[in-house]
Amino acid sequence: MPILIDANTTFIVQGITGREAVNLTRENLDYGAKIVGGVTPGRAGRDVYGVPVYDCVRDVTSRTRVDGSVVCVPPRFVRDAVFEALEHGIRLIVIVTERIPRREVAQMVELAALRGARIIGPNCLGLISPGEAKMGGIGGPAANTRQAYSPGPVGIMSRSGGMTTEIASTLSAAGIGQSTAVSIGGDAIIGSTYAELMPLFEADPRTRAIAIYSEPGGRMEAELADWVREHRSRLPVVAFMAGRFMDEMRGMRFGHAGTIVEGREDTTAAKIERMRAAGIEVVERIEEIPAAIRRKLGGSA
Amino acid sequence: MRFYEHETKALFARHGLPLGRSGLARSAADARRIAAEIGGPVVLKSQVLSGGRMKAGAILFADSPDEAPALFERIARTPVKDLLPESVLVEAKSGVAKEFYAGVTWDGRRKLPVLIFSDMGGIDIEEVAEKHPEHVAKLHLSTLFPPTPRLAKETIAATGVTGDDLVRATPIVFALVELFLRYDLTLAEINPLARLEDGRMVVLDGHVDMEAEARELHREVLDALGIRPEETRQARPPTPFEIAGARVDASDHRGVAGNVVEFDGDLGLIIGAGGGSLTLFDAVRKHGGRPANYCEIGGNPSVRKACELTKLVLSKPGVRKIAVMMNVVSNTRVDIVARGVIRGCIESGRDPRDAIAIFRIPGSWEQEGFKILRRHGVEYCDRSVSMYEAAGRAVAKLGAA
Repeated sequence: MPILIDANTTFIVQGITGREAVNLTRENLDYGAKIVGGVTPGRAGRDVYGVPVYDCVRDVTSRTRVDGSVVCVPPRFVRDAVFEALEHGIRLIVIVTERIPRREVAQMVELAALRGARIIGPNCLGLISPGEAKMGGIGGPAANTRQAYSPGPVGIMSRSGGMTTEIASTLSAAGIGQSTAVSIGGDAIIGSTYAELMPLFEADPRTRAIAIYSEPGGRMEAELADWVREHRSRLPVVAFMAGRFMDEMRGMRFGHAGTIVEGREDTTAAKIERMRAAGIEVVERIEEIPAAIRRKLGGSA
Repeated sequence: MRFYEHETKALFARHGLPLGRSGLARSAADARRIAAEIGGPVVLKSQVLSGGRMKAGAILFADSPDEAPALFERIARTPVKDLLPESVLVEAKSGVAKEFYAGVTWDGRRKLPVLIFSDMGGIDIEEVAEKHPEHVAKLHLSTLFPPTPRLAKETIAATGVTGDDLVRATPIVFALVELFLRYDLTLAEINPLARLEDGRMVVLDGHVDMEAEARELHREVLDALGIRPEETRQARPPTPFEIAGARVDASDHRGVAGNVVEFDGDLGLIIGAGGGSLTLFDAVRKHGGRPANYCEIGGNPSVRKACELTKLVLSKPGVRKIAVMMNVVSNTRVDIVARGVIRGCIESGRDPRDAIAIFRIPGSWEQEGFKILRRHGVEYCDRSVSMYEAAGRAVAKLGAA
């Protein structure tokens, strides 16, 4: 049993008639996802690859069970779309859109907490439980997704959508599959951090190790290190840290919106030190991840 | 996006925060005139986007207007962390009895804004927090429920401040909270907030940062403050090369080919996307390579966009070859990027075979992409060659050339 989504997960796509959302819908359906509806105001009655389009979220939730929503609307409409999904009982929301101001992200996160829901993203490619289902653009077309992802024991969490697939592809090539891979998003404030997803992986019997892609900026890696130590996690964690050159370039923004080195704790050097102190293995290259995981699993992977 | 002190104060003034009399000087003559208008002793403050002005000797005091021009000239020549001032703020010098600190910023862990107040203002708040934690109070703020003044009152009172100080500081600190939320700021700070000898409270210095993503939402106020859309306000001003990169990105809404940052090496980089660029830039440096630039390309850019970015990078003096590398791509088409970079080489008068040190983009439409690269004799590799290894091959080629 993977985390967050499996073959039975039902979801909708908000903004389904947009160019990227149409592609994403096709790719998800091809991978076996159960998309039960799409929402674009004013477009009710149409369909996207056979998925019926509605004006409002409640038009779907009143008809059938909806576990999740992929939000693919332009930045200024995201908060409204997420509020609509939350108020109609949807409990897993993947926000693909990027360039949303932090205050609006915080508002969505705050309401999600009040409603007992989980947000993944924003600025992410979604998540996949290989062989079961995917939600979002992660892995691209189904054929490419199958080439990169395979079912197995490793949970992946990554601040970069592209690097999620790079890591999965590297693991799969080495014969190591993945339980669930989550592109958590590249912004300064996101719905679910590494530490917030760890308990789910911890409780999932199929997951036996974790691979992390991390970046400069923020306190997310420190939070993960604290979690691993405080909870004496059963899961070995292997992390890769990109953007080491940024330690010398404070105040400059590279990569994602969340990667800016402002304080003392958000340099890559400080993060690596903190993770290592918690027993997390930090590798120098992506291609070292499979061997590191195999060592941790005692060759049984 | 950081504001200059005078812009911060102009924003504060619009919302009724109490400030000393001041004027902005762009010449020595301005400085004298403003000082004379204010009357009495003044302080001249360098307007730079960097802290540490006092240490650098970029804040100076004049007892009379006649002293102001010479001090202006001194500040104009004094760099603060390599930056020269864009102007000098001339402000009335006040007799200060006590200094406080008030700030609002984001707590990334709690995902909420946090209000911070200290009755030990004027110095680095992180230092106060380490050495005198009992003098620093913090309160997290909801982003859903409207703030009310009691949030400011409770935070201030938690440091032991009471009486007139509490009554006078509360509306000022509350106004700071409202400003932070209203303008999508990532930092709003008053340091120090001063109680003058006559009991009045005045904002002596302030600092705000606005989230880059929110700039368009607040265009009206930015226009009023004279902050132009093209100002990046990064740690240093953009170079002409970087401005040209932004133009390439803006030329077409499809995909990203931007965030170009100039370095002084000889290997041009066409790399993507967000995380992939960080990983590849590190890899090039680890192999001893010298990148000429950082950039991000992804989200399925058009052939024209990839072509223009390639031309820009190849046009940079000192660039000998380019490396075109990405992580496994899902929604970017390999063949489109291949077409774009090859066309960019040809339009730059370069043979793609010689100009492209390595092409490593695995993923969607890779077979079509590889076919085009083969036709032009460009060295390429698929996902069986790691990002690190590909970067190594590119660096080795430059060494051998």
